[in-house]
Amino acid sequence: MTAVSVQELEFRYGERVALNNVSFQIPSGEIFGVLGPNGGGKSTLFRVLSTLLPIQGGNAEVMGLDVKQRADAVRRAIGVTFQSPSLDLKLTVIENLKVQGHLYGLFGRTLRERCGVVMEQLGIVDRAGDLAERLSGGLKRRVEIAKCLLHSPQVLLMDEPSTGLDPGARYDLWQILFKLRKESNVTILITTHLMEEADLCDRLCILDEGNLIAEGPPDELRNLVGGDSLLIEGQNLPELSKDLEAELTLEVQQVGGSLRIEHQDGHQLLSQIATRYAGRFTRLTLGKPSLEDVFIKLTGRTLDAGETE
Amino acid sequence: MSSADPPIIAGPNTDLAAPKSALWTSIYTLAVREVTRFLRQRSRLVGAIGQPLVFWILFGAGLAGSFAMPGADAENGLSFQEYFLPGIAVLIVLFTSIFSSISVIQDRNEGFMQGVLVAPVPRSSIVLGKVLGGTALALFQAMLFLLLAPLLQFVHLAPQMEFNYPVLVILKALFFLFWISLGLTALGYLFAWKIDSVQGYHGVMSIVLLPMWLLSGAFFPGSGSTWMTWVMRANPLTYGVAGLRKTLVADPQRLPEFPPEWLCYVVTIGFALVCLFVDVWMTRRDPVVAS
Repeated sequence: MTAVSVQELEFRYGERVALNNVSFQIPSGEIFGVLGPNGGGKSTLFRVLSTLLPIQGGNAEVMGLDVKQRADAVRRAIGVTFQSPSLDLKLTVIENLKVQGHLYGLFGRTLRERCGVVMEQLGIVDRAGDLAERLSGGLKRRVEIAKCLLHSPQVLLMDEPSTGLDPGARYDLWQILFKLRKESNVTILITTHLMEEADLCDRLCILDEGNLIAEGPPDELRNLVGGDSLLIEGQNLPELSKDLEAELTLEVQQVGGSLRIEHQDGHQLLSQIATRYAGRFTRLTLGKPSLEDVFIKLTGRTLDAGETE
Repeated sequence: MSSADPPIIAGPNTDLAAPKSALWTSIYTLAVREVTRFLRQRSRLVGAIGQPLVFWILFGAGLAGSFAMPGADAENGLSFQEYFLPGIAVLIVLFTSIFSSISVIQDRNEGFMQGVLVAPVPRSSIVLGKVLGGTALALFQAMLFLLLAPLLQFVHLAPQMEFNYPVLVILKALFFLFWISLGLTALGYLFAWKIDSVQGYHGVMSIVLLPMWLLSGAFFPGSGSTWMTWVMRANPLTYGVAGLRKTLVADPQRLPEFPPEWLCYVVTIGFALVCLFVDVWMTRRDPVVAS
């Protein structure tokens, strides 16, 4: 079954195009990543799907419900976590959960039971009475997730959930997501600008300047970059680039402060460059292509460059 | 987390029909949240009731000799503090409503509001929860002040005045304070929804809300100047203050005739309803409600 379906979605802020003809489908039970630089359209997509922004063009459906026509039914089917936690810092953990439950029509015993279940799941039972403002970033994020699970949503929408988390907390977050997917067949859409995170998704799409430029499982996307990826850093790179192109007939991409070369047989090329151009670079690295390489190949820019937010 | 944890219960939820009680449950929970937050921030209580109380004592003592109620002889006239009492009650209401409207801005900036906006609740409950929560706080504090302030005459911080209110007077005062609070909180929400910073709201406060209070007959009758008389008559808050004053002062001979009591009811209730209506309308049609 398709959990989320987006067809030819368009969104503009005045003149600026935030989403341009974006289409994709997410089967239920999948962790789907939306990868892209800040300002690439991720947050707009997230806001449209979570009913916060109106649909300007195209279509979006969540669990077969039209987001435009049936916003309220969609709201009941989704659980949403925001980049900036939506906790009331002056309330305790349990009070936050109760307010949330009331908003979703839960009360009395049902609500108490649900609070117990989600708090146990996220390991925050002993924090029930703590004011939210006293919690660490990682714990706040857990409470946030507990909150959005209260009403047993079928689809989770998470906007950059690892913002402000240290590596340990980020690891915990992903363990929770894997567990959710495995045990409850929840579909999770997650936006991120971190490659490590994108790598953990079942499938992902890359959004750049409002366009969906690639879609597929991380490995498949990596195959878009043939073979190995070589990175050269150093002084006077334009000249080196010219020599490489002329003498070794290579295709060289200059990205930020380094040169990038895709090659079927990286090892050989590495030793060849190292001996032939010794002294003209400060660093020479060989690696399997990363999602970053995929992004660079598709856009000619690094993911961090040109951040607008 | 180990794999021995019980399963997270999420997933298929076939009951997608709207719960009937969604409106009231959400209004209730958002209003209770307002009150809980208030009780956790002691400084707000001090700010909202302390400053007006100090004003009442200092202005009362300072202006005691120079104040004369128009149209009343000195013998029978109200003392300034007696005149000022309902005005201060309304000032407490105003301060409380300002605090709760500022929290609209904080809710938006801190992210709480977006969580509410993606919940399946009618947009009107966002307005009503906020406004009713603020109203409850304002009502409680203003009533507390009205019941306790006259007791200051026993420690010579206020002149002699009535303080033994019959139940009917208390109920009527509660009624007026409720509608004044509702109106002012709804008015504050209206500004706060459109303004994205607390600093910006301070501007509105000093050029709209405080002058509105000053020109409501809360502080002075203002009957010496024609233009001011008309400005005051155009100010909806004037009728709330006058209605409250008429309720608290037992002898109608001691107060000016205008505005008549029925007009006080009509304008005060009408103003509150209009503001609420505009709030709901504005919140519903806001296209980019959370950005």
